[in-house]
Amino acid sequence: MNVIAIQVHLKRNSFAYLAALPMALTVFVAYMGTMFWSVRLSFSSSRMLPKDDFVGFAQYERLFNTSRWISSLENLLLIAFLFLAICFVLGFLLSVFIDQKIKAESFFRTVFLFPYAMSFIVTGLVWQWIFNPQLGVQKTVQALGWESFKFDWIVDPDMVLYTVVIAAVWQGAGLVMALLLAGLRGIDDDLWKATKIDGIPAWRVYISIILPMLRPMIITTVVLLSISIIKMYDVVVAMTGGGPGVASEVPAKFIMDNLFERANIGIATAASTVMLSTILCLIAPFIYSNYIKKQGR
Amino acid sequence: MLSILSPTNSKLASKRGSSLQMQWGRIGIYGFLLVTALFFLLPLYVMLVTSFKGLDEIRLSSIFAMPQEFSWDYWKIAWSSACTGLECSGLKVGFWNSVKILIPSVIISVMFGAINGYALSFWKIKGANILFACLLLGAFIPYQVFIYPLIRVYAEIGIYGTLTGVVVSHVIFGMPIMTLLFRNYYSTLPLELFNAARIDGAGFFKVFFVIMLPMSTPIIIVAVIMQVTNIWNDFLIGLVFAGSDNLPMTVQLNNIVNTTTGERAYNVNMAATILTSLVPLIIYVASGRWFVRGIASGAVKG
Amino acid sequence: MGNVSINKLDISYDTTFILNQLDLSIEDGEFVVLLGPSGCGKSTLLNAIGGLIDTTGGSIYFDGNDVTWADPKDRGIGMVFQSYALYPTMSVEKNMSFGLRIAGVDKETIARKVDWAAKLLQLEPLLKRKPASLSGGQRQRVAIGRALVRDAGIYLFDEPLSNLDAKLRTELRLEIKKLHQKLKSTMIYVTHDQIEALTLADRIAVMKDGVIQQLDTPYNIYNKPDNLFVATFLGSPSMNCLEGTLYSNGGKVTFFSADMLLDVSDYQFMKEPDDGQHVTMGIRPEHIQTLEADKEDANLVSGVIELVEPMGSETLIWTRFTSQQTLSHSVSSELVFAKGERVNVKIEPSKCSFFDTETGFRI
Repeated sequence: MNVIAIQVHLKRNSFAYLAALPMALTVFVAYMGTMFWSVRLSFSSSRMLPKDDFVGFAQYERLFNTSRWISSLENLLLIAFLFLAICFVLGFLLSVFIDQKIKAESFFRTVFLFPYAMSFIVTGLVWQWIFNPQLGVQKTVQALGWESFKFDWIVDPDMVLYTVVIAAVWQGAGLVMALLLAGLRGIDDDLWKATKIDGIPAWRVYISIILPMLRPMIITTVVLLSISIIKMYDVVVAMTGGGPGVASEVPAKFIMDNLFERANIGIATAASTVMLSTILCLIAPFIYSNYIKKQGR
Repeated sequence: MLSILSPTNSKLASKRGSSLQMQWGRIGIYGFLLVTALFFLLPLYVMLVTSFKGLDEIRLSSIFAMPQEFSWDYWKIAWSSACTGLECSGLKVGFWNSVKILIPSVIISVMFGAINGYALSFWKIKGANILFACLLLGAFIPYQVFIYPLIRVYAEIGIYGTLTGVVVSHVIFGMPIMTLLFRNYYSTLPLELFNAARIDGAGFFKVFFVIMLPMSTPIIIVAVIMQVTNIWNDFLIGLVFAGSDNLPMTVQLNNIVNTTTGERAYNVNMAATILTSLVPLIIYVASGRWFVRGIASGAVKG
Repeated sequence: MGNVSINKLDISYDTTFILNQLDLSIEDGEFVVLLGPSGCGKSTLLNAIGGLIDTTGGSIYFDGNDVTWADPKDRGIGMVFQSYALYPTMSVEKNMSFGLRIAGVDKETIARKVDWAAKLLQLEPLLKRKPASLSGGQRQRVAIGRALVRDAGIYLFDEPLSNLDAKLRTELRLEIKKLHQKLKSTMIYVTHDQIEALTLADRIAVMKDGVIQQLDTPYNIYNKPDNLFVATFLGSPSMNCLEGTLYSNGGKVTFFSADMLLDVSDYQFMKEPDDGQHVTMGIRPEHIQTLEADKEDANLVSGVIELVEPMGSETLIWTRFTSQQTLSHSVSSELVFAKGERVNVKIEPSKCSFFDTETGFRI
């Protein structure tokens, strides 16, 4: 491009560049700048106060020798797997059933999606009460006469994660339902006529034809849900506080605790760098293929 | 835009099989939907009935039972005199804090979203795609990565623990989704419209304010619904950046519920919880399909 | 005012050239149609003339002034788009006056110009309406009105009729032609519809792959195509092409293809053809005379009818002459022919076009 071309380009688009300035500042200062700062701190010996020395991977070593961090990672993996699987199966079933020309469709849709409008704090609190042995389901069943009934998952270190999963599914399954339903409604009616003429049973159509067609929507849903799981913080704080012990600790909460309560900046930033790299690996290809490649004009 | 907005069309009509089989199928479908609906409504029901019960009744009866003596008192306590630590002025403080955070945050972030989306869809900015990709990436990164350095920056410029600090944070963290929303919307408008305006001699802001913005009502509604819900439901940003004078309702709710002094006032807590979710619930019910359209167009139409 | 001169225009995205070293010169008051298949670069060329896309190289002059880098609004152009591109939130009147209002023209002048354009296009009853309440034809008239109000010397049309149904298209085509006769402004019109091109244009520029294949009057484009692409792109039903060999023998030229032997000495060769040159002969269906089987004449070919397609005003007949050759020829719809019938056709060499098979150029 020659000089005139560049001059004309800049002159014509000057206001556009001006308007993009806040966006650029957000990206370069608020996102990238802070990100690099965090990463930098993770290689220092910072504890209560930030230091600008360089200690290599010492903080990471400490981090991965911290049993609390290890169990928070294990917890996250288990939660993520169960949450994704249950949300997806439940959401898909709901969307398919709602798509069967049922009565009161909008009632069902409203009911299944309303938890998504609730905050994680509310979600966590309300399920905490339902699972609370002295208050909720256990007490109710015992009062009905089944004295030996026990349902104390929320105080049981082996089971507490499942209560978190239930609460998260309650909040998130509606999203899967709504997105997949939108996908189902977008499928051409002629396709259904064709499968009817071919005599393919409906369940088979859903498994072999519809699901593959919904692929882009499924990928989006999985990404959205995965992100909400990795960011999971509020719901655990409200529901279990990470307990009993560290049985429901999650990485996001681990970082916050180390930042604020334990004043352990080095470990916190090392942990957040680990989260960051994981997310980047998961997300970059998705963003590229979904938002950038197809859209430019 | 989205077919979810149109009424249903028959799919199972094409299902084969005897009418008896089909009837059992229908019953199964309704059964499953009803049971699931119960599961989804259960927490709401528990919160509602408990919020009207006295503590004795809660202790004695089941959490699922209807209240014997119906009382609004616990709602009043939750609103105006529930305690967080030593302070006993109820949730209303948090409510008004949330309102004060909400209004500027929503207005500013939607405005930025609209201008960003417009600039990205119609103007030629070098490196725009890369910039936009980085912006989107930011939406996926846990706040924990940004928090500590941001606190330091805010402290440096004197907005840490202030209303401005929270609002700025909401604008920063809301920018990706708002920009995406408007960019996708503006990409569906014909480029010819923009070209016509340029031939007519309209500049960047003239085209935006006179032509694009008046056409943007639907997406503005979607954006406002999304931001109101997101910002109202936020916990982390309020907790970290607001400072003790501006704590939003969600943070205050958590403080009230988890205050360990004395006997747990479940009725007040649940009333407080409902109060906190009232704004998003009303938005959700009132906006109906716009809400779905928002999450779908933000996520799917990428 | 209103002549356009384009010199060695390049437009490329990344490394692909959309337009390559394109030259085009348009006289003041001329109606030039850019015609070609989609992706040929015709819209890109129009947008470059309008200043809506940046050029990679070359220059554009309006009346001798270099406007290569001028802003669209400063070029003195009006433009009409395929999707109308009306501002949906403004009334017809506001749509038409938007440009003038931005330019700061006084109210009286604006009102006068809008009135003038509205009268010209019979838009007066619609002035207060919003675009959404108008039909497609009305919308496109408003879009034309908006361009006219700008009082430009050059009007650009980007497939303005493509979104309309067939009947409206014909009506509006006529209106545009009348408009041009009345205003005598330069008009550059992009279309992929050959009928539009042939009816409207003073000159047609047929484009392919970013290159102008032929720039000429509609008559010459249709009857004396410069190359095989132009020959086959225009005409519906399309031109018959027969590959064969020319034999030149002392002023007498014969075309030989399979079993067919034609004396083509009457054809005006641009230069004496080589003996044994491989050529493609093109002949339009309507230039083949259909005779009854027992008539005798020069250059007669005889064949068996394979398919009869009645097309309303005429009937198209597909006749197989040799194992490899089928020719389509049209006859008046009054005449009745049936499949399997034997016919003779007469090919008039002066109505044919000959192209070098290798280069595709007219010889």
